[in-house]
Amino acid sequence: MARDWSSATGHEIHDALHHGTATASDITQSFLRRIEAVDGKVRAYVDIWKDHALKQAENVDSRLKRGQTIGPLAGVPFAIKDVLCTKHGHTTCCSRILKGYRSPFDATVIERLEQAGVVFLGKVNMDEFAMGSSTENSSVQVTRNPWDLKCVPGGSSGGSAAAVVADECVASLGSDTGGSIRQPAALCGCVGMKPTYGRVSRYGLVAFASSLDQIGPFTKDVEDLALVMNVISGRDERDSTSADIPVPNYSQALRDDISDITVGLPKEYYTDALNPEMRQKIESAVKILEARGAKVIEVSLPHTEYAIAVYYIICTAEASANLARFDGVRYGYRAPKVADVQEMYAKTKTDGYGREVQRRILLGTYVLSSGYYDAYYLKAQKVRALIRKDFEEAFQKCNVIATPTSPTPAFEIGAKTADPLEMYLSDIYTISVNLAGIPGLSVPCGLTQSGLPSGLQLLGKPFDEATLMRVAYAYEKNRGFDIGKPPLT
Amino acid sequence: MQYEAIIGLEVHVELNTQSKVFCRCSTKFDAPPNTNVCPVCLGMPGVLPVLNRAVVESAVAVGLALNCTVSSWSKLDRKNYFYPDLAKNYQISQYDLPLCRHGSLEIEVNGQSKRIGITRAHIEEDTARNVHDIGGGESGVDFNRSGVPLLEIVSEPELRSAQEAYAYLLQLKQILQYLNVSDCNMEEGSLRAEANVSVRPVGSTKFGTKTEVKNIASFSFTQRAIDYEIKRQIQTLEEGGTVRQETRGWDDRSGTTVSQRSKESAHDYRYFPEPDLVPIAMDETWVKRIREALPELPQAKRARFIEQYRLSAYDAGVLTSSKAMADYFESVLKAGAAAKPAANWIMGDLQALLTAAKTEIESCSITPNHLSEMIRLIEDGTISGKIAKHLLVDMFQTGKAPKALVEEKGLVQISDISWLEQVAREVIVANPGPVSDYRAGKEKTFGFLVGQVMKASKGKANPKLVNDILKQQLAK
Repeated sequence: MARDWSSATGHEIHDALHHGTATASDITQSFLRRIEAVDGKVRAYVDIWKDHALKQAENVDSRLKRGQTIGPLAGVPFAIKDVLCTKHGHTTCCSRILKGYRSPFDATVIERLEQAGVVFLGKVNMDEFAMGSSTENSSVQVTRNPWDLKCVPGGSSGGSAAAVVADECVASLGSDTGGSIRQPAALCGCVGMKPTYGRVSRYGLVAFASSLDQIGPFTKDVEDLALVMNVISGRDERDSTSADIPVPNYSQALRDDISDITVGLPKEYYTDALNPEMRQKIESAVKILEARGAKVIEVSLPHTEYAIAVYYIICTAEASANLARFDGVRYGYRAPKVADVQEMYAKTKTDGYGREVQRRILLGTYVLSSGYYDAYYLKAQKVRALIRKDFEEAFQKCNVIATPTSPTPAFEIGAKTADPLEMYLSDIYTISVNLAGIPGLSVPCGLTQSGLPSGLQLLGKPFDEATLMRVAYAYEKNRGFDIGKPPLT
Repeated sequence: MQYEAIIGLEVHVELNTQSKVFCRCSTKFDAPPNTNVCPVCLGMPGVLPVLNRAVVESAVAVGLALNCTVSSWSKLDRKNYFYPDLAKNYQISQYDLPLCRHGSLEIEVNGQSKRIGITRAHIEEDTARNVHDIGGGESGVDFNRSGVPLLEIVSEPELRSAQEAYAYLLQLKQILQYLNVSDCNMEEGSLRAEANVSVRPVGSTKFGTKTEVKNIASFSFTQRAIDYEIKRQIQTLEEGGTVRQETRGWDDRSGTTVSQRSKESAHDYRYFPEPDLVPIAMDETWVKRIREALPELPQAKRARFIEQYRLSAYDAGVLTSSKAMADYFESVLKAGAAAKPAANWIMGDLQALLTAAKTEIESCSITPNHLSEMIRLIEDGTISGKIAKHLLVDMFQTGKAPKALVEEKGLVQISDISWLEQVAREVIVANPGPVSDYRAGKEKTFGFLVGQVMKASKGKANPKLVNDILKQQLAK
């Protein structure tokens, strides 16, 4: 029996390929076997690209055979959130309305990773159109938290997080509009990052809320995170909002030295809403940073309490326009037996979307309506500017901000589906970051007594992902424990 | 009671850039259906718009030509509504921060000039085209036009008659054509006008309820549609009724406007800023570069023609009615012709030939050099003006040089004095009646005698010589 590579990191795989101790095909086979073994329980994948993956792996092997050098991610198996456009396979956003849809183009991040020689294993599950915090809103299936199959993996990129943690891939791509990368990374126990708005091209990301959406990676450690960010970051002419700001080599930024760092703890985040066990985890994590020489201070983000309200006005408003195109005219689902165009729209959307998507489209349509625009959308934009200013002021005093990623560990499947507001509160610590456009990452900071992962969220200044990753790296190197692997087999 | 009409025009102009406003597809939409399309203009999932700089430059050029203030900072917005010809079910347009504002356009009606305010000019994308009855009771959508750049130019409600509205449209069209930013073909939809019309008693300062008149598919409809709508509103008020705020369509067959949509069912477009595009920042150097590249505009050119070529205001107006016409005229002068005959030939015989052949001066087969050469042949006496009229037709039909045609057809004027004297003698002998009438003081018969000499020479006789010789001989 060939060696099982499924628990390896990207840099370990690169070393093995580079030294010839494994082939990309062996490694890919290893992951395909792992998927076969555990995905029946986890249900992360909605589309497995076996042949495509093996072909990509063979390409890497033939490069190696010819004596050519390979990049650090060549032959590394990835999973892709189904919100990203890929020419291969389907792109459905886990919605009935896009069932069977094939994109005529690859997202920029997919192109760049393919160029880097990555092996794509397939598409993974998500809340429909990335709307949700538990992946329960998928029209395809419910993904399980690998640590406890009764629990949710978080969302909306639940499939991406669960696949990494269950060793069904080395790394994955997700999208984060209000916490959709960081929250599932925390709930499943892996590293997940939402880059600065504009750092990574959104071309090929099916839009939920255009001014908040950002693509980012899930990885097993910070070193891999830097490798993926090196490839996907940077200006793309096809995305006008992508920034023309030089991208540093993130791998070189990873040093176990944070003596120049000041960590800010926002007092508004450490309230009674925070689960005591989670609070204790964060406090120990911060102590480790302090022990490594970082200075810790209290900061204030005074407009925090408005973040959720502002977020649900802006994201639903943008979503109501972004999702208007799914109308049955050109592609995707079209309701049969309709009398006229109006009925076609109504029936297509009623049958094609799940309840949460419908709820958000209606909310967004309402807040933009004549007579309500000023009271909702315009006011929300003004408060958004204040939230952004809160962070600017806090970052005058510190380099990074440390918070919990999620107020609670993973909850049980079905626990919050009846109460959308309760579900929305899962993102209370992550939402402000998207409103401000700044980068944030989540790194595992231990297991709770019931054996569920918790995440430390680190926030940084715009386009200063390097510092963020350095602090996370130092923490990872010095935390003194490894949360280990979920007991799946 | 006396009423006055209040009219504002909204004009949509298709800009003739090479590629569409938010993608690289060609703007040629007469291609086979759905061939000039891509994921962006089809509104596929995951695409993003990228603003075409050439569109901004054309729009700013128009703004400057219309004396607008160009916003140093403007943005694009989403206008939301559902229709199958709208790929994303929202149109990217500009709402509260248009690219150009506060301009004006000078029109002339009955010799009176008047300045009409321009509220704004903004960029937006065109929609696709629904095609009905494609077979099997189905309708189709052709997305070739989806994303073709449009400039919407909105006037202040300062037009007071259909005639003024018409003059405004013509003047606007002329400027747009001078800038070469649009074909301005109303019949083909590259220029579309909508009129906001209301009436009020003379002396009142309050606006009446307005209607929006759409579906005006040609310049001549504009005047008729607005005239009809003014009369309809006045009649409604006179009969004690009230004008409803609504959209009305011009129906050319019945010559009336027909109600299409009332205010109650009007769209709520739910405008909000387009998050996929960054604001348009127009720095001063960019605006300056566009301003410096502006061509001479119609009014300036007209004034210069009057001054430089001593043309009448009327002639200068006709010759500057299109840039192509003005350029043609000046090329003829550059080739050596004098201004007055060049103007007369272009505005008279040449224009008649162009009109009859339904063609434009841009594609005229007579080059400016040839026209100038023909004028020289008249002046040096090689051909008569009368012959020249026929020669011009030949030149127009064959594209040949006038000299070559004159030789080929033997059109050279007869200036052989002894031959002309011989013919004159014969004419005098053959027409004793008119000759004695002339000698008795009936000068009119002289023309008849000249005509007889010309006839005998098949029109080739030099008319000046014929005059002189006849007068001489009759005086004997």
